Amino acid sequence: MSTVAILFSNLHDQGIPELTSNRSAEAIPFAGRYRLVDFALSNLVNSNIYNVNLLTRYNYRSIMEHIGSGKEWDLARSSGGIKLLPPFMKGSSLFGENNLYTNRLEAIKSIRSTVSSFTEDYVIMADSNIICNIDIDDIIKYHKSTKADMTVVVKSFEMTKQNYRERVQIVPDKDGNIADIKRTSPDYEGECKIYMNISVFNRTYFQNVLNDAIAHNYHSMTFDVVRRNMKNDRYKVYECKDYMMAVETLSDYYSASMDMLYKPEVRDAIFKNRARPVITRIVNSVPTYYGAGSRVKNSFIADGCKIHGAVENSIIFRGVIVGKGAVIRNSVVFKNAIIGENAFLNCCLADIRSVVSDSRILSGCEASPYYIAKNARL
Amino acid sequence: MFTKKECVVMLLAGGRGSRLLSLTEKIAKPVVSFGGKYNIIDFAMSNCVNSAMYTVGVLTQYQPLILNEYIGNGQPWDLDRINGGVTVLPPYQRSESADWYSGTANAIYQNMEFINRYDPDYVVVLSGDHIYKMDYSKMLDFHKENNSDCTIAVIDVPIEEASRFGIMNTDEFDRITAFEEKPKHPKSTKASMGIYIFNKDLLENYLEEDDRDENSDNDFGKNVIPKMLSDKRRMFAYTFKGYWKDVGTIPSLWQANMDLLGERPRFDLSDPAWKILSRSDGAAPHFVGDCAKISNSLVTEGCTINGLVENSVLSSNVTIEKGAIVKDSVIMTGVTIEEGAVIKYAIVDKNTVIKRDDIVGKEKESHEIALVTQKDIQYVKM
Repeated sequence: MSTVAILFSNLHDQGIPELTSNRSAEAIPFAGRYRLVDFALSNLVNSNIYNVNLLTRYNYRSIMEHIGSGKEWDLARSSGGIKLLPPFMKGSSLFGENNLYTNRLEAIKSIRSTVSSFTEDYVIMADSNIICNIDIDDIIKYHKSTKADMTVVVKSFEMTKQNYRERVQIVPDKDGNIADIKRTSPDYEGECKIYMNISVFNRTYFQNVLNDAIAHNYHSMTFDVVRRNMKNDRYKVYECKDYMMAVETLSDYYSASMDMLYKPEVRDAIFKNRARPVITRIVNSVPTYYGAGSRVKNSFIADGCKIHGAVENSIIFRGVIVGKGAVIRNSVVFKNAIIGENAFLNCCLADIRSVVSDSRILSGCEASPYYIAKNARL
Repeated sequence: MFTKKECVVMLLAGGRGSRLLSLTEKIAKPVVSFGGKYNIIDFAMSNCVNSAMYTVGVLTQYQPLILNEYIGNGQPWDLDRINGGVTVLPPYQRSESADWYSGTANAIYQNMEFINRYDPDYVVVLSGDHIYKMDYSKMLDFHKENNSDCTIAVIDVPIEEASRFGIMNTDEFDRITAFEEKPKHPKSTKASMGIYIFNKDLLENYLEEDDRDENSDNDFGKNVIPKMLSDKRRMFAYTFKGYWKDVGTIPSLWQANMDLLGERPRFDLSDPAWKILSRSDGAAPHFVGDCAKISNSLVTEGCTINGLVENSVLSSNVTIEKGAIVKDSVIMTGVTIEEGAVIKYAIVDKNTVIKRDDIVGKEKESHEIALVTQKDIQYVKM
């Protein structure tokens, strides 16, 4: 049983412009030392999937730097391993001939020749902005045992009018087949199974679907391909019970960060699973130094920091300096940021290498954290 | 076909380090943990790559399992190379004999074949049990400038401590005139750091000669260096300035860890131009809970801290539960200190569990460090 993976990126950048102006969504730093793509990559290699194609669209410098040869994930392989697939641009495209893809199906069409060379039994497609530690093997086993052509991964959410967001909802029948696939409605309240943008295909079926989609000039995987075929083909629904958070907005990002602090069971399930470690790039920072006046509570702190002030309910990335008398609360501070002496931060999100001067007072609120841009000096 | 290399590094990592007592019962001294996320051998390995010396043989003998696994293919140090890189060299069986390494010189001698594959001009001999940051390429330049046969790195030590070291007496051009092992009345303060650079052909001759001498202990310091001196070879002392510590004893291991603490530590690891690289299991950032209070301490990945930590160095994946107190201590990987337990002035070996409300260690004034392992507690005079 062999599987090849296709990971997408940048599809959600527009929802989170602050963090993606300099990087693609899957390169957004998370939980002190990770980037979002680490979860997808780790989930794959922890299920022995060592053939990964990562489609990048733009702004992909930081993801290339992060992944490098892929050695940290054991993805620097002579056969298989990780391939980064930037958009293929013909010289003529400089004259506005072809545009960049905007959805998954268009993205796969752009790598048609790669797809047609797949020889594995299964293809898994996933977005790379999902924070989760899940057993992909279990999804594939389910797919196999139900003799499905395609299996989609869903997660149940409680929908209210307040938390409404347009997403893809899947309605399964009693046998776990897809009965309907549609956009969520703003008026609906109650339990709702949301498609988590992870799907497993039989490889030959996948190749046929792709050729068919190209022949008929379909544009959407969900509404053209799946909707048309769900009556005749075997489409199964796999419900995941583990923590899953697709980061689509700044507030998603902030609340996922706070989940790591306030939900110890989630934190341990993601980061302390010995069979499924979350793997990231190793940069060999020194251990973090706590000065005599430091006061730290309920916080996640990476290596390489120097902490002299107070940190509460916050996530501090590598190499951050927290000055004497500084107070950081309910905030996320990215790597190599400097928080000056006696500065005060509440509900802030300080990007890489930002500098907050001494005694500066900054505050956002839970619903809308105050964003300090990369390299900014305040 | 191997590319010719200017120099090959031979890193001696086979000693037991018996003065580290039970810390080295199951593992070799070079893989004793240090400074939170390092092993002792990381310093020599990182110095090699930072000095652009990429062909390294690591000589192992005592308890090699963890050491072999740790070095692996050398990936953490970028020494996983097709051309050169790191090679682990255990003692081996030959057609006519099979010998353990009988001394430092013999260990190199048994691996002349490895060295000769790269046809080097120079051989650098290091030991894997010192804590320091040193650019060996500068020492090699010094060796070449002086047209030296053998260059020995030395460090100035206080005269009252000089009788603990091998002392080099030199003339005004740094040429070594005499070598005294642990002299009662030292004439100089230049202590050998156990780092040698030899011209390869000359080294090979001396090692062959040493091997034929049945009375020899096959040791560089005891036999080979004195022999070269008595033959009036051109031998120079290269003076190293900076932090250097032999962590071969429990008190020195504790002290060297403490030297990393403070706002201006005596030994600073955070130089981006001279990174110390180590194999890491990539644990999550450490989590500091509501009841924690940490001061003047180093904490690293995978730790969960909910107690009081003061003047201490914590390795990865250490758990300190609510109400526990850790003071003036070095805590190694995977240790759990349960609720209400107190650790003072101690080195706690990896994976030890300190049970609830236990009190371990004496006051600092006692000058007796507690060495705590899974089996027992031993007190060692500072």
